[in-house]
Amino acid sequence: MDALELARWQFGITTVYHFVLVPLTLGLSVLVAIMQTAWVRTGKEKWLRLTKFYGKLLLINFALGVATGIVQEFQFGMNWAEYSRYVGDIFGAPLAMEALIAFFLESTFLGLWIFGWDRLSKKVHLTVVWLFAIGTNLSAYFILAANSWMQHPVGTAFNPKTGRAEMKNIWEVLGNNTTLLAFPHVITTAFLVAGGFVAGIGAFWLVKKNRANKDDADIPLYRTAVRMGAVVMIIAGVGVIYTGDLQAKLMFKQQPIKMAAAEGLINTETGADFSLLAIGNLAGDNPASVKHLIAIPGLTSYLATGDFNATVKGTNALQAEYATKYPGYKATPDYLPNLAVTYWSFRLMIGFAAFAAATALAGLWLTRKGKITNQTWFSKLAVWSIGAPFIGASFGWIFTEMGRQPFVVAPNPSAFVDGVDSVFLLTQHGVSKAVSAFEVGLSMVVFTLIYAILGVFWFRLIRRYAQEGAPEFAEPIVNDDDDHPLSFGY
Amino acid sequence: MDLAVFWFILIGVLWTGYLVLEGFDFGVGMLMPIVGKTPKGKRVLLNSIGPVWDGNEVWLLTAGGAMFAAFPEWYATLFSGFYLPLFLILLALIVRAVAIEYRSKINDETWRNRWDLAITISSWIPSILWGVAFANIVRGVPIDSTGTYTGGFFNLLNPFALVGGLTTLAIFLSHGSIFLALKTKGEVMDRAAAWAKKFSIGAVVVGAVWALWLQLAYSNNAWTWGALVVAAAGLIGAAWFSWTGKFGWAFIANVVAVIGAVTLIFGALFPNVMPSSTDPAYNLIVHGAPGLVASSSHTTLVVMTWVAGIFTPMVLAYQAWSYWVFKRRLSEELIPEHNELKFFTKSA
Repeated sequence: MDALELARWQFGITTVYHFVLVPLTLGLSVLVAIMQTAWVRTGKEKWLRLTKFYGKLLLINFALGVATGIVQEFQFGMNWAEYSRYVGDIFGAPLAMEALIAFFLESTFLGLWIFGWDRLSKKVHLTVVWLFAIGTNLSAYFILAANSWMQHPVGTAFNPKTGRAEMKNIWEVLGNNTTLLAFPHVITTAFLVAGGFVAGIGAFWLVKKNRANKDDADIPLYRTAVRMGAVVMIIAGVGVIYTGDLQAKLMFKQQPIKMAAAEGLINTETGADFSLLAIGNLAGDNPASVKHLIAIPGLTSYLATGDFNATVKGTNALQAEYATKYPGYKATPDYLPNLAVTYWSFRLMIGFAAFAAATALAGLWLTRKGKITNQTWFSKLAVWSIGAPFIGASFGWIFTEMGRQPFVVAPNPSAFVDGVDSVFLLTQHGVSKAVSAFEVGLSMVVFTLIYAILGVFWFRLIRRYAQEGAPEFAEPIVNDDDDHPLSFGY
Repeated sequence: MDLAVFWFILIGVLWTGYLVLEGFDFGVGMLMPIVGKTPKGKRVLLNSIGPVWDGNEVWLLTAGGAMFAAFPEWYATLFSGFYLPLFLILLALIVRAVAIEYRSKINDETWRNRWDLAITISSWIPSILWGVAFANIVRGVPIDSTGTYTGGFFNLLNPFALVGGLTTLAIFLSHGSIFLALKTKGEVMDRAAAWAKKFSIGAVVVGAVWALWLQLAYSNNAWTWGALVVAAAGLIGAAWFSWTGKFGWAFIANVVAVIGAVTLIFGALFPNVMPSSTDPAYNLIVHGAPGLVASSSHTTLVVMTWVAGIFTPMVLAYQAWSYWVFKRRLSEELIPEHNELKFFTKSA
C-alpha cells in the first residue's frame, strides 16, 4: 500500500473509533445533567444515585474519546498536508473555533464537575455539569461544520494567485444547510446511543433485582432509568428518521453520485425502487451486474425528492456528468465511490437504528402503567442492543465519508460556473508529500494497536462499573474549611 | 498592526499558555516515582493536577487549531515534516490521558503501578520532544520550493535540537516540582521542595546554554537579547526562590521564564515562521521577506480575530476560576480509601 491508501485507512480507523465513543459522550453528558437537575429540583435520592452511576460511566468513556480526538485534529497536518495547504484558509477556522469555544469549556468544567462535589454549592455544581454538556455538544457543531464543508463547500472561492481555496463568508460556512441538517442528525443519533445505554443497563438491573426480591428498594430507581432511556430513544429515533430523510433529499442535490451509489441505482430510473438486498458486483467494476432482490417500489424516488414517481439519475449518467464537469488533473479518476461500501453501510446504518428503536418500544411497553418487568429475555435483549445504535452511527460515518470519495472536498454543484470559482479536491491530491508510506504505515499500525488495547480496557471498565450498580446515596457536603482536603478523584 | 503579525504573536501566546500549564502537569507526571514515591504520595501528585490537566491540554489543541486557521502552510509543513516526533507525542498524550483517568478505577496494585509507569513515561516523551521540535523550527530545516519538508527523521536529531529537548525537560521538571511544593503538604511537599532546588539549578544551566546558542546562531533580530535576559532572569529567580523556600514566587518566576523563552523563539524567527535551510527563498514567512507567505487570507484572519477577541477572555476567566476553586493544598494523611472495585471478580 502507498502513503495515500495508508493515510486513508488511518483516517477511517481514527474516525470510526472516535465516533464510536463520542456520541455516547454527547448524549450521556446531557442525560446526566438532566438527572442531576432532577436531583437538585426534587431532592429525591434516586436521581443523585443515577447521576453518580451514569456519570462514572460517562467519565470512563470521555477519557478515551478525548484521546482519539487529539489525533483527529493533528492528522490533517501530518497525513493530509496538501489538503491543509489547499483548504486551511477556510477549513481551519471551524477547527480553531472548536478548540477555543468548545474544548476549553468542556474540559475545564468537567474537571470542576469531577472534583467539585464538595467544593461547589449545589446550584453552581449543577451549572458546571450543564456547561460541560453544552461544551461537548458545541464541539460537535463545529466539527460538523468542518466536515459538512468537505461534503458541500460553501462560503469559499478558489484564488488563482495563491492557488488555494479561500474564505469569502464565515456565516455561510457556519450556516451551511448541510451542517444545519447534519448537526441535528448526529445529535439525535447521540441521544439514541445514550438513551439505549441508560435503558439497557437499567433493564439489566431492573430484571435482576426484580427476580431476586420484588420489594427491593432499588427497583424504582432502575425502572426510572429504563423509562427515561426508552423515552429518549423514541424521541431521538423520530428525530433521526426525520433529519435523515431531509438529509437524504439534500444529498441527492448536493452529492447525487453518493446517493445513487447508496441506492445501487445504476441506470437513471423513474419511480426508482429502494432495495433491501442486492446481488451482483457492487464493487463497481461492473455495475450492470447489480440485481435488486427485495425492493420497495418508488421509495428511492421518494427519498430523493418526496415524490414516488420522480426520475432519479443513476451512477452511469452521473459518472459521465462528473467527468466533464470536474476533470481530474493528474490521472483520470473514477468518480464512483465504492458501491458495495456505500450500499451496505447505508442499509446497516438504518437497520441498526431501527432495531434500537424497536427495543425501546418494547421497554416502554413492559414497564407501562407502573409495571415492573421480570423478563430475562428482555434484559438480555436490552443489554445486547446497547451496541446497536453505536454500530448504526459508525456505519453512518463510513457511509458519509466513503460516499464522498474520490473527493476529499466534494464539488458543490450549485457553485460551479466555469471551473474557476468551484472548489473541490480529489483525495489523491490531498495527501502529504513529505511523508513516506513507512511513516504513515507505522503510525497507523501503532495507533490502531493502542486503540485496540485501550478499547479493551474501556469495555471492561464500563462493564465492571455497570455490574457494580448505582452507588449508595451519600449527600455531598460542601466544605469551606481551608484545612479540609480536596476531594480525590484518582 | 498587520493581522498576520497579530496572529503570529497570538500563536506565541497560545504556546506560552500550553508550556506554562501543561509544563507543570508534565513535570508532576515525570516526578511520580521520585516525588510521589509511595502509593499515597503518587495519589497526592495525581490529584494535584486532577481538576486541571485536561483543560491545560486544550491549550495545545487551540495552538494547533490556530496555526491551522491562521497559518495553514506552517501547520502543513510542520506537522507533516516533523512526523515521527509528533507521532510519538500524540501517542504519549493518548496513553497519558487514559492512564490518568483509568489508574484509580480498579483497586489492584499491579493495575495502578502499570498505569503510573505509563503516566511517567508519557510525560517524559513530550517534555523532551517539544523542545526538540521548537529548536528545529528556529534552526531551520530543509524545505523545498513547494513548502514541503525534505529532510528525514535523523535531520531533526542535531545537537542544538537535543539541547533544546533537555531545556524543556529541565524547565518542566523544575516547574512541576515547584508546583508540587506549592500545592502539597507533609512529606510530599518536603520531597518536592528538595527536588525543586536541584531541578531549578539544572534548568538555569541547560537553559542558558541553549538560549545563548539560539541567540548567537539563529536569531534574526537583535532585540531578542531582551527576551533572553527575561528568560534567564526568570530561571535564576525560580532557583533563588526555590532555595529560599518561596515557592509561590518561584512558580511565577518560572512563568516569566517561559514567557521570555517563547518570546525569544518567536522573536528569533520573525519575520519567518519556519526558515528553510535549503534556500532562504523557500522560507515560510509572516510577511515582508523573501519566501512563501504562510498566513491565511485577510478575511479569515479578521474572522478569527473576532472569535479570539470574544472568547479568549472568557476562557482565561473560567480557567482562572477553576484554579481558584481548587487552590487548597493536598496531603497524604487525608487521602480516602480506594474504592473496592476489582477487575475480574463479579459482584453479587
